[in-house]
Amino acid sequence: MSPEEIFKQVQAELGEELVFNFNEGGDIKDAWFQVDPYSIDKLAILLKTDEALHFDYLECITGVDFPEEEQVHVVYHLCSLAEKHRIVIKCFLDRDDPALPTISQVWPAANWQERECYDLLGVLFDGHPDLRRLLLPDDWRGHPLRKDWKEEDNYHGIPTTRLNPVALFGVELPAEEEPAEEAQESKEVSA
Amino acid sequence: MTEVVFSNEMDEEMTLNMGPHHPSTHGVLRFIVKTDGEIIRKATPDVGYLHRSLEKIAERCTYQGYMPYTDRVDYVAAMFANECWASACEKLMDVEVPPRAQYLRVISCELNRIASHMVALGCFAMDVGAITPFPWAIREREAVNDRLEELCGARLTYNYHRIGGVSYDMPKGWRDKVLAWLDNFMPAMDELDRLVTYNEIFVQRLANVAIISGTEAKDWGLVGPNLRASGVKWDLRKADGYSVYPELDFDVPVGLGEVGTVGDCWERFWVRCQECRESAKLVRQALEKIDEHPEDEILAKLPRRLKPKGEAYARIESARGDMGCYVIGRGAVEPYRAHFRTGSFTSMGIIEAKSPGLFMADLVAFIASLDVVAPEIDR
Repeated sequence: MSPEEIFKQVQAELGEELVFNFNEGGDIKDAWFQVDPYSIDKLAILLKTDEALHFDYLECITGVDFPEEEQVHVVYHLCSLAEKHRIVIKCFLDRDDPALPTISQVWPAANWQERECYDLLGVLFDGHPDLRRLLLPDDWRGHPLRKDWKEEDNYHGIPTTRLNPVALFGVELPAEEEPAEEAQESKEVSA
Repeated sequence: MTEVVFSNEMDEEMTLNMGPHHPSTHGVLRFIVKTDGEIIRKATPDVGYLHRSLEKIAERCTYQGYMPYTDRVDYVAAMFANECWASACEKLMDVEVPPRAQYLRVISCELNRIASHMVALGCFAMDVGAITPFPWAIREREAVNDRLEELCGARLTYNYHRIGGVSYDMPKGWRDKVLAWLDNFMPAMDELDRLVTYNEIFVQRLANVAIISGTEAKDWGLVGPNLRASGVKWDLRKADGYSVYPELDFDVPVGLGEVGTVGDCWERFWVRCQECRESAKLVRQALEKIDEHPEDEILAKLPRRLKPKGEAYARIESARGDMGCYVIGRGAVEPYRAHFRTGSFTSMGIIEAKSPGLFMADLVAFIASLDVVAPEIDR
């Protein structure tokens, strides 16, 4: 099935309020659509159990922080090994309180990926069986992939920064050469 | 999932710490194992010891400048993360890779796949108590490392691929060296088969241990050799047909249940053995076909500063299966966000679910059979 057919079928089943904003073609490399965050579990069950859709493989769960839009996006990359089609689903969450239901009961592969997303971006997955930090220590403060995250100057009394050796030893650096901007700018890739 | 009933009233559960430096953990990772005698009730992996925040680093690098960091995603098979990052960026910027560079990518990646599988097979045999196969396997890997060193100057972290191509063409006489090694490699694989794969002790030890069914493997997101050992024929080189793989002739080995059940530890060993043979076939064909394309056309013309807008998800078949890279650009010289989806990460997740009921010694075999590499889990 083409991404558009997938979107049409899902929208017909769940309604236009929950599934919307289909994007394809032009500059968009992977077709995606948006879903209401609190319907992601319903959508997941539909995608996996429907015979025509048959998404048996969850590729990837990623979170992306957009401070200017006051949003955190959770991006699901799904693939069907049987039907060989793919789709990308996005959930736009409120940045101050990002929460959505877990889909680990549908695809167990989501279990660790959601934990990673919680760990690094602070997205809460309601109903997750074991939502603990995965990669960082349990007592870590903050979520480093948030754009406004600042490294603390020490961790358990261990300093995390060192003096810059250039400043420390008074090294004289050679003057920086500016690349020929004008000539480059015209060939700029703007995808 | 295995349901284990413990009927012993004289219950003495013991919590056992395994790692972070246990030799069978293939890197630095730790298991908290609850056992009843020899039988495991639950093994909880504790990962993150090798977390180097590669995704955060990406947000501070230029697109091209991030390439050396991708080597460190999986240092046993660094070429694949190189290729994955390069193809994600190429997809994002609509860059066409010259065919000669595609062939060089195939050659370097398939050689690296052999090297990586050799480590996997050797360590697997060593983890279950056979020391001899390890140096035998490493001998072959050493030869691959020598060839890759001649190609790109590094033995482990290659930094060979570039956005839009590769950094160097083959040196003079390199092809003959590779072909000479390949002639010796096939007999060496047969030798390994006689010594290990069909060895009665080895088969008895691993057949029917830690069986993962095809459905389970898909649900848990297992990829690559682990998925194929469970009988699912899925290989991105065939399914996506990326790069020049459609022009080359190779098979995708799938677990058959030759000595035990489909999806057991032995199958995962056997599938890797077969994949090495297929990779050797691929290298041979690619070395023949590469001369159809002019020399030194190995890098697409790109502007000095890359400032793409948009997002792309590229996936390739790495030694540990489906490796995906998700990259977002917002018109700056640095990527806005980069994320790697790796094979070891998802195979680690299944251990907790599959461990109940396994013998303690079988846990080691199970970890080894999944071929997890700790840095790839933690990134």
